[in-house]
This record gives sequence, C-alpha cells and structure tokens, in this order.
Amino acid sequence: MDSGAGESSAADDYESLMSTTDAELLKTAWRNEKAAPEILNFAADLVQRSRQQIQLMEEMVDDYINDGVDPLTVSLYQIDLDRTMFLLRSYLRTRLQKIEKYVFHIQKTAEEWNRLSKQEQKFASRFAGDIKNHLDQSVLSRLPDQYQSHLRQSAASEEDDMVPEPQLDSYVVCRSKKYLGTYQLDDGGEELINIEVDDMYALPYKAIKPLVESGQVDLV
Amino acid sequence: MASASDPHASAFSAAELEFLAEDETIEIVPNLKMDALNFISGDFGPFRPQIPAQAPLWLAVALKKRGKCTIRAPEWMSVVNLTQVLEAERDSDKFQPLPFHYVEISRLLIDHARDDIPDIYMVRSLVEDIKDVRFHKIGKGLESISAGGTFALKLKNLSAMEANIVRPFVTRALETFYKLGSSDMIQETDHAPNRQQTADRGPRRQLKDR
Repeated sequence: MDSGAGESSAADDYESLMSTTDAELLKTAWRNEKAAPEILNFAADLVQRSRQQIQLMEEMVDDYINDGVDPLTVSLYQIDLDRTMFLLRSYLRTRLQKIEKYVFHIQKTAEEWNRLSKQEQKFASRFAGDIKNHLDQSVLSRLPDQYQSHLRQSAASEEDDMVPEPQLDSYVVCRSKKYLGTYQLDDGGEELINIEVDDMYALPYKAIKPLVESGQVDLV
Repeated sequence: MASASDPHASAFSAAELEFLAEDETIEIVPNLKMDALNFISGDFGPFRPQIPAQAPLWLAVALKKRGKCTIRAPEWMSVVNLTQVLEAERDSDKFQPLPFHYVEISRLLIDHARDDIPDIYMVRSLVEDIKDVRFHKIGKGLESISAGGTFALKLKNLSAMEANIVRPFVTRALETFYKLGSSDMIQETDHAPNRQQTADRGPRRQLKDR
C-alpha cells in the first residue's frame, strides 16, 4: 500500500499462509502493538484487507436488512462486524498513542519512521509541529536563549536529552506459538532459554524483539 | 509502554481480556434452524435443532440470550475435573494446565448460561478456590524472584488474566533487577529526571497560563 510498511508485507504473506483468518492476525497484531514498548511495523496489507472485509460486510448487512433476512441472523453479523471494527480501531489508536508519546524520537530515527504508514507519518509530522509551536509559545520563547530548544535541556547538552524514548529493555510477557528450541537472550550468550510450544515467559522486550517481528512469539 | 510512565497499568483491561476469551470455541446445541454464518472471524454453522455445533463464545452467548440454544459446558468445567485440579493445585508447586482464558470463560458461562451448567454453585466455588490457590502461589512465587539473577521468568501454565494481573509488578521488579545488574545503571539514573520533566510539561503549562 505504501512505502512505509513495505517490509511487513513479506511477513504478512507468510503469516496469512500459516494462520486461518485475518481476524486472528489482526488480533495478534493488536495484542503485540498493545504490549510492545516501541512502535511496530504497520501491518499495511492486513489493515487493507480488514478494511475491505469490513466494507463488504457492511454492505452485506445493509442488503440483508433490505431483503428482510431474519433479524437474528442480521444481528449476529452485526456483532461480528462490531468486533472486527473494534479490533481495527483499537489497533490504529494504540499506534497513534505511541506516536504521540514518542513523536520526536520516531521522527529522528529513520528505521522507526519507516514503520509508520503514510497517514501516520502525516499525523506525526503535524503533531510534532503543533507540540513544538505550543511549547515555544507557552514557555520556551520566554526563556533565555540557551534554553529554548524543545529537544534539549540547554544549549550545553550534547544530545537531545528531552526526547522520551521507548524503553526497549522493559519486560514483556510473551507466549511462543511453536517449539523454538534453545534461544539466546543476550549478546554474552550466558542467558539461554528453551522455548517450547505455548511457553510463557516474562523477559526484556529487546531480547525477543526479532521473534516478535517474525511472528514466532506473541506478546500477551 | 506500560512500564515507562504508567507503572500501574496492565497492558490489557479486564474487558479486553474478556473480548479475547469470547473468541474461544464452545459446543452449543441450537434449537433453531440457521444457515451457515460466514463471519469475518470465520465460518460457523449451519445450525440444526438438537444437533451439537461449534461456535465462538460470543456467538453462543448471543444465541443463548435470545433463548436459541443451550451451551454445553466444556469438559474441564465439570465438578469432577475441577475437584481434581483443585487438589493437584494444592498438592504441587506447579500450576495445573487450564485453558488460557479459564477465568473469563467460566465467568461468562456462569453469568449467561447458569441453567446449562450442572451443579453451578459447586462449579463456581471450585473455580473461585482454584483461582485463590493459584494467586496464593503466584504471590509466593514472586518472593523467590530475587534469588539468583533472574533474566527471564518462566510462567508455565499461567492464564491470561493471571499474567495480566502480575504483569505490572513482575515486569517492574525484573526490570529493576536487570538494571542493577547491568553496567549502564549510572547512565540510566542520569536520564531519569529528564524524562520526568518531559512528562510533566503539560501540567506546568497550565500554571503559566494567563
């Protein structure tokens, strides 16, 4: 759909072969997004497909109402529709919250910037601009020159030390989908765990980040 | 995200966990005729009167509310099985295997399908007891976290809700151990106050407002 989430499509294809329904995939994407400390790759293809399905289903429900199909059946389709829409909305909203929180960090990190969809990038740029203006007008412009940056404490700071960053070493709870065997958690090779099907672990996010990205473990 | 600024937040709310649990399938016995339903979340049915069929919990509850089916309580929710689980749970330090969403499923069924569960009062009190014993174990388990540098904590057979409840505490405790054990601890403490300030921007602005 857009360049931003191009990388995710290969994983998406693989995923859709492996798993049953898009609803299931959307649920996983939603759960991972909610539990991960940083923003994850935008599931472009999945969102696209889910949107189409929702639209189809909405048209179908309208047709059913017009055709006088049994109201019970219609209401059941409506529940299914509502559930899927909730997932999609909550997924997108969770991402927006993360973008708002880490906007300056995401903006200056090309890799994370590319995880956003086109629309999200647009939102992030506007949001960052608004926040900067707001801070400038309300406080920063009245401070002495060396304290006017919205990214740094003072001109003396060597790096952007007022930019909130996601804590990649924060702990997450994850569950494995399949047997992964021995997995090395840290660079030193001292921490090894044996991951079996359905095992649940609390461990630092960054240790299993690749597994989350490749869809081998789910965050719960 | 939960750990950075909002230490007491669990990743999921109870309602969201229930939402997830509602996708688990369960056996129903419909008393109406209905063609197959092709949902976004999957295909179910067709339903024929008195012929048992599989349905997600939310569908079962929706039909049940309208008096269109009876729900067959799952095997693990029988008094016999729950009694065994409770005993095993008391006898061993390990957690017994139960469905990942056992708390939510039993709760939903007890709320919406009371007349379909044999010995419902017994079942309810057994589930409560099991929950209590398991929580007690979790509490005891937490005491032993500190023993020996814990990098990854295995939570075998813990259910969704149990994991969600211990999450804020366990993740923060482990994080602290992890930081104390790592070399960039000094740098971390150096950063902490700055973050605080960034987060506080909002309220402060109100004070300055004229």
